Amino acid sequence: MSKRKTPKSSGQAAVREQGMSRIPGSPSSRFWLYLIPGFLMLLWIIIIPAIWNIYLSFTNYRGIKPPTWAGLDNWIRLFQDETFWVSFRNSIWMIIAMVVIPILIGLVLASLIFDVVQKKFGAKTASTMRAIYYFPQLLPIAVASLVMGWIFRPENGALNALLEAIGLGGLQHDWLGKPDTALIFLMLIMIWIQLGYPLVIFMSGLQRVDPELYEAASLDGANWWQRFLAITLPAIKPEIFVVALTCTIAALKVFGPVYMLTKGGPGTSTIVPSYYSYTQFFQSQQVGYGAAIATALTVVIVIVSILFTNLQQKVEKEDEE
Amino acid sequence: MTTATIQAKSGKKTRVPRARKNRSAGDWLILALLIVGGLVMLFPFIVLLLNAFKTTADYNASGPLSWPSEFSLDGLSKFWDRVNFPEKVWNSVWTSGLVAVLAVILSMFNAFALGIGRVKGRRWIVLLIMLANMIPQEALLYPLYIMFKEIGLYNSQWSIVIIFTVIQSAFGTYLLSSVYGTFPKAILEAATIDGASRWRIFKDIVFPISKPTLSVMLVFFFIWTWNEYMIPMAFLIDNATQTVPIAVSSLTGDRLMDVTTTAAASLISLVPTLIFYLIFQRTLSRGITTGAVK
Repeated sequence: MSKRKTPKSSGQAAVREQGMSRIPGSPSSRFWLYLIPGFLMLLWIIIIPAIWNIYLSFTNYRGIKPPTWAGLDNWIRLFQDETFWVSFRNSIWMIIAMVVIPILIGLVLASLIFDVVQKKFGAKTASTMRAIYYFPQLLPIAVASLVMGWIFRPENGALNALLEAIGLGGLQHDWLGKPDTALIFLMLIMIWIQLGYPLVIFMSGLQRVDPELYEAASLDGANWWQRFLAITLPAIKPEIFVVALTCTIAALKVFGPVYMLTKGGPGTSTIVPSYYSYTQFFQSQQVGYGAAIATALTVVIVIVSILFTNLQQKVEKEDEE
Repeated sequence: MTTATIQAKSGKKTRVPRARKNRSAGDWLILALLIVGGLVMLFPFIVLLLNAFKTTADYNASGPLSWPSEFSLDGLSKFWDRVNFPEKVWNSVWTSGLVAVLAVILSMFNAFALGIGRVKGRRWIVLLIMLANMIPQEALLYPLYIMFKEIGLYNSQWSIVIIFTVIQSAFGTYLLSSVYGTFPKAILEAATIDGASRWRIFKDIVFPISKPTLSVMLVFFFIWTWNEYMIPMAFLIDNATQTVPIAVSSLTGDRLMDVTTTAAASLISLVPTLIFYLIFQRTLSRGITTGAVK
């Protein structure tokens, strides 16, 4: 089997079989040393608090008297709670708005800016473009939400004022305050916020690509779309995975904009798990139930991440062969 | 030509191809579309800019889209005095800066073991570290609050520095170990043959070669930490310890504040991050393979 492989890939296969590092004579176990600081910090700030939170989900705790054991009460309530399921359905919309659409647009933008703008209009124009699209990421969520809430608000909002100004005053609406448009406008705001992140990561990945590859492809008569499929996409596969996973996690636990803009409403039309658990924690003082929602959300995120890195590993393996 | 001169002046090693003059109609069309898209992205910023320098009377009379009839700094000065803005900027700068540096270092240590060292079970270790990113922050608030109160760091910015160093380095570890996974093997082997220790390889080879990715991470961590809201709001209760976003958002609940003040506050609050980002724009543009073999 190894005979047919190039020396490089057979070397890597041998390394994997022996569980050795890629540095010859340096067993991977010696690298454990480098994980110690990170692991201790993780234990203190994340793992212990997370276990604490799981414990709280089995208690009746209202934040004042010490927690009392409640067994599965919170969890049984959770599975029968309509609002909880609605919040997860809204999470799927958030994934579309924060992962799917930004990655698709980000890919096209990154490759247009890298492949067309940078080559034909110069590196300065390209980096200005990137800076503009990255701009919403610079805004604190608190500020971004403030501005957006103000643009979409019913009286004196900029969008309604704009519609009025171009003679479409009849279309004016309470964009974030009515159930028919609240979710879709929240999604639009999330797309606006998220877009710059994949763009910047993809563009930094594209810089690994040898420009001669594009030139050779152009000389061979490949058009933009063909170059995109054959060069751009494979080159930034690691970055696409990183962005997709981190954005999915962010989408599942999105909180800030919902808290600032719609408070989950009107009704439950924009409620998300993270906001729902927050209200239980800090408004209803049902800390035990809030902890159960947060734990359930974490379980979902962990499962999604495991499935995801499984896929990532499979793709990486296929690439190596 | 101009690009070439700029490149030469700044002395970069990257091989950014010179802009070519043979631009087709299609190229111009793409540029035009990108500019239109850019204007949409900047629309909220433009609205902020239009209203930050208006008087309240002006805003009430003419609405959010008109040009200010007179240039007014009232909103800005109201906000500036009310929240002691320089103090808030300083709080934000040093916490975010420290988090960015520490989180990059921590990510590098982790990713070196995972991506280069390929320790056993690395996929599960990455997932374990990613927990910092996965767990919703409100689930950590109560326990962290009690722990930090116990050790006397509650209401201290050090609590923010420690918490976000861990949270940001989770993303850093994930990104960097996936990048280090494709690190040129030939370089590592050559270094070992030359007798370099693991620490030397880490410090003198892996670090310089991955600088472009590290600087992207540094920029992200700084901006993300700067913009954090929930945990700083819960942990920094003293006015004197608060960060910029907390100061701005405290305005929304304040009935006395008017729209123009809010616009001015939002605008001024993003200036420091904007400056930081523009400085590091250059770092972001640097080629990722600088100095590496091909």
